[in-house]
Amino acid sequence: MPAGRGDGPVSLAAHLIRYGALPCFRGRAQRDAMIAEVEAAGLTGRGGAAFPTARKLAAAAGGRRPVVVGNGTEGEPASAKDKALMARSPQLVLDGAVVAAELTGAAEAVIVAHRDVREIIDQAAAERRGAGFDQVRISVRIASDRFAGGESSAVVHWLKRGVPAPTGRPARQAGPYGAPALVQNVETLGHLALIARYGATWFRSVGTSAEPGSMLVTILGAVRMPCVTEIAIGTPVGHILDLAGGPSAPLRALLLGGYSGAWVPAAEAMGRPFSARGLEDLGATPGAGLIVALPATACGLRETARVIRYLASESAGQCGPCVFGLGAIAADAERLADGRGTDLGKLRRWLDQVDGRGACGHPAGAVRLVRSALRVFGAESAQHAAGWCCGTDQVLPVPFPRSR
Amino acid sequence: MTTRIRVDFIACDGRGLCAEMLPELIAMDDWGFPIIGDDGESVPSHLLADARVTVRACPRLALSMSGGETTGR
Repeated sequence: MPAGRGDGPVSLAAHLIRYGALPCFRGRAQRDAMIAEVEAAGLTGRGGAAFPTARKLAAAAGGRRPVVVGNGTEGEPASAKDKALMARSPQLVLDGAVVAAELTGAAEAVIVAHRDVREIIDQAAAERRGAGFDQVRISVRIASDRFAGGESSAVVHWLKRGVPAPTGRPARQAGPYGAPALVQNVETLGHLALIARYGATWFRSVGTSAEPGSMLVTILGAVRMPCVTEIAIGTPVGHILDLAGGPSAPLRALLLGGYSGAWVPAAEAMGRPFSARGLEDLGATPGAGLIVALPATACGLRETARVIRYLASESAGQCGPCVFGLGAIAADAERLADGRGTDLGKLRRWLDQVDGRGACGHPAGAVRLVRSALRVFGAESAQHAAGWCCGTDQVLPVPFPRSR
Repeated sequence: MTTRIRVDFIACDGRGLCAEMLPELIAMDDWGFPIIGDDGESVPSHLLADARVTVRACPRLALSMSGGETTGR
């Protein structure tokens, strides 16, 4: 799956020459066979939650006629893999949306695209319409720019009412136009389009047996060539950094998965396979494929405090534990970073109280990040309390927190 | 099937009645919001009646019970 390095978007004609014609799935038997093929391939959602795609497809195919939603919101400020894919290979994403629609009997697919790539997707969809390419109607909508706006129920809420906030109701129950929604990350749709063409065996030829296939990753921070690239799942973390030119400085830690992911000590992570199994006992997951290399010249406590303040400001403002809890935890993380000190027992109690509550995974993700920072950088808080910070650089791209 | 009590955190405003009326099952966090597990708390049979009253008393209609006996709401 091409993404990242390269020029403009691939045209429909060039796309078809490269990948071949897109098979059609009409009739019950053909659809069931293809859903079984997706299950055999072991494709999981590439938006971070890694939910088995075949199960979503089968559930959507068995219910009322759904609307397919291609989720290219990518609200994670550090991640670029969905934008890179949509900018380079918009037709592959649209292929996947059409396949998902055919497999579930949907007549319409909506691509929710990050504003940076919306025009590219729009033009790609127009090219298909002009060529009379699909039976499925494809429309393109601009995504919200909120961190939590990419959560599947929030995407549906955004489409229906222009509100980028999770609803806590599964998207499959309450999609746009009163229909159930099948929400799939755009990279997942790209993989689906390839499995439709080349089959499960081809897909499983890379990756691990438990987590087959490839995934897109965004590599940034202290590496020579920050980039989006494709890896086989299970590639050792150190090799992935080499794909980005290797570390540009001695590394202190890596942030894996995303801003709601986890810090891991660089030395421990390097030899690990980048897969859910390979990272499990480090408390991390591949998530949405983000890898940030933190150099020894940056401070993990300070970086965490910046991110957590941002995450708190990105709460949709609906659930008490998230609104009040994340704000309180952010203030404590800032106290730790500033050397003002805090009651760690109280901070741990707050983390326990906020974890897993609310209508979406946003607070739990923030809690995961802070817990991992305490594990990896906790010892440095004493140095901070004595008035010294090890860091001189800022590494993580963090937008200014929104004021309320 | 056991009865479970759940809270809809989007509806909940932290008024606190539930933790007062059903302290056996519902604690409050440091900000006054009920601590009820992700998947709800299972309601033992001797607390079913109290749980039902608590669900009806929530001024935000944020509580619900499911499985086993329902509240009729």
